Amino acid sequence: MYRLLRFILVVALLSPVVTSSVFANAEAHHGAPDKELTPEELRDENNAFVKHHTNDSHDFGIVSNEETGTHVGFPLPVILWDGSLHVFMSSAFEHGEKVVESKGNYYKLDTHDGKIYKTDEHGVVMTETTIDKKTKEETVHQLKPLDFSITKNVFVTIFMCILMFFLFKGIAKSYKTGLAPTGAAKFFEPIILFIRDEIAIPNIGEKAHKKYMVYLLTVFFFIWFLNLIGMTPLGINVTGNIAVTFVLAIFTFLITQFTGKKDYWMHIFWMPGVPVPMKIILIPIELIGLVVKPFALMIRLYANMLAGHIVLGALIAAVYFFDAYLAKTAFLGLTFFMNIIELLVAALQAYIFTMLTALYFGSAAAVHEEAH
Amino acid sequence: MDVQMIGAGLIVIGVGIGIGRIGGSAMEAIARQPEATNKIQTAMLIAAALIEGIGFAALFAA
Amino acid sequence: MENLLDQFSIGLAFWQTILFLGLLLLLRKYAWKPILNSVNERESKISESLELAEKTRAEMETMKAQNENLLKEARAERDALIKDAKETVNTMIEDAKGKAREEADKVQVSAREAFAAEKSAAIAELKTQVASISIEIAEKVVRGELGSQEKQTSLANKLVEDINMN
Repeated sequence: MYRLLRFILVVALLSPVVTSSVFANAEAHHGAPDKELTPEELRDENNAFVKHHTNDSHDFGIVSNEETGTHVGFPLPVILWDGSLHVFMSSAFEHGEKVVESKGNYYKLDTHDGKIYKTDEHGVVMTETTIDKKTKEETVHQLKPLDFSITKNVFVTIFMCILMFFLFKGIAKSYKTGLAPTGAAKFFEPIILFIRDEIAIPNIGEKAHKKYMVYLLTVFFFIWFLNLIGMTPLGINVTGNIAVTFVLAIFTFLITQFTGKKDYWMHIFWMPGVPVPMKIILIPIELIGLVVKPFALMIRLYANMLAGHIVLGALIAAVYFFDAYLAKTAFLGLTFFMNIIELLVAALQAYIFTMLTALYFGSAAAVHEEAH
Repeated sequence: MDVQMIGAGLIVIGVGIGIGRIGGSAMEAIARQPEATNKIQTAMLIAAALIEGIGFAALFAA
Repeated sequence: MENLLDQFSIGLAFWQTILFLGLLLLLRKYAWKPILNSVNERESKISESLELAEKTRAEMETMKAQNENLLKEARAERDALIKDAKETVNTMIEDAKGKAREEADKVQVSAREAFAAEKSAAIAELKTQVASISIEIAEKVVRGELGSQEKQTSLANKLVEDINMN
């Protein structure tokens, strides 16, 4: 297990080099035949490239070649709910080129936004027109089934969950043989203790921190590992996805509310120590704060990771965008530097998420001795 | 679109100044009291994260 | 904002919730609890051992102090005993000496007394003998002197003269 982790770390550290080489492969097939691409077209292409690598997708693509239409990777199962359950492999779409028939319904994958649309048998997207009752305006919706597919992000998350489970179970087991940490525990124990001693105890308190430790540890390692796997050249971007961070923030929000003590609600609805008119003014502010806190948590992680990936992607694209070797070298160096920064950000964002979560838990669990 | 871009630029300038000030003040504080480095760092990260959060929220609104 | 909502995938959120919840529960049972427990156990063990070591050291110190006290007491006792013994010996010697001296004195005194008594007795005897001898001598002398009349008269005269002189 330790070896596997070391392998992941090494891959993550080497990813600037590897990423560049993978992109180089893709680009070599890309740019060679048609040199006449205008800068605008090239820019659009690069834009699409970056977008493709930061978005979720229905198959696990490793290297793809648009010119020859060959894709290296493996398909993932598609699960749709559209009145009834439709399950098939994403390879049936043939990367958006084919309309898939399932139980009498037809579906097509739009390669531009990576979403599955309901179509007729010729591949024309079915639409629904709704009329707004007040403004009488007509809006056209493209029909989409509810998509519960095992997408790339879900797949990576499952992989990460399994990895984390066995890693930490192994660590837990290693404590049974002796009290001194051995193997992977040597590396992870200081981190676990750091979360306990530097994040949980100062923010939540000596007594109350115990019941939150499970969540804090899980969320820290979950985010950190997913951030790190996002650093690999596989184009994985789990934590830079709004749905993922939304779920994490919702968990924090719910735990905060459900473990909130009397004092916590007191501070929201009847702030002690201020005059009554102020109390009434403070209620809506506190209520807004209640929602803003997890919202900021969600946006921060999402935006940081997405921005990191976009910047990296843009820098790598810039290596190919410029013809001069000096510029290429400079951007390669910059990419390497950014990768190191991103490695730091991967840990930092996990730390900040955990830290702020602990802060919110602390406010929920706080018991004030005296009114203030 | 263009107006939005200008707005985004303004937001980035504001957030940059804010986080820069926090970082600078934290450095000064650490230089003055090296023994309190850990506490200052934590406080700095929290403050920077909060400003960053507002910045991102504004960026997405823009 | 529209971009955000557009990107939001219900399916991903759904799977994420299930997976994260599952991970949370599994890790709680199989990883965090044992790890935190053993870490806590180790910490308490370490602090206990440290406490025990501290206690033992303190005990050792008190024991050492006690030992030293005992030793000191024993030494003092020994010293006292020796001192006592010396004193008794001294007093005994002194006593013996005193007695001996007394005895000696007594002996001396009695010897002196005896000697004096002997001496006086001897003197007395000597006196009587001298007296008797002198009387004998005197008798003989007198016999010789007073053999004739003349001599008797001359003596008487002489005696008278002596008396007169006085």
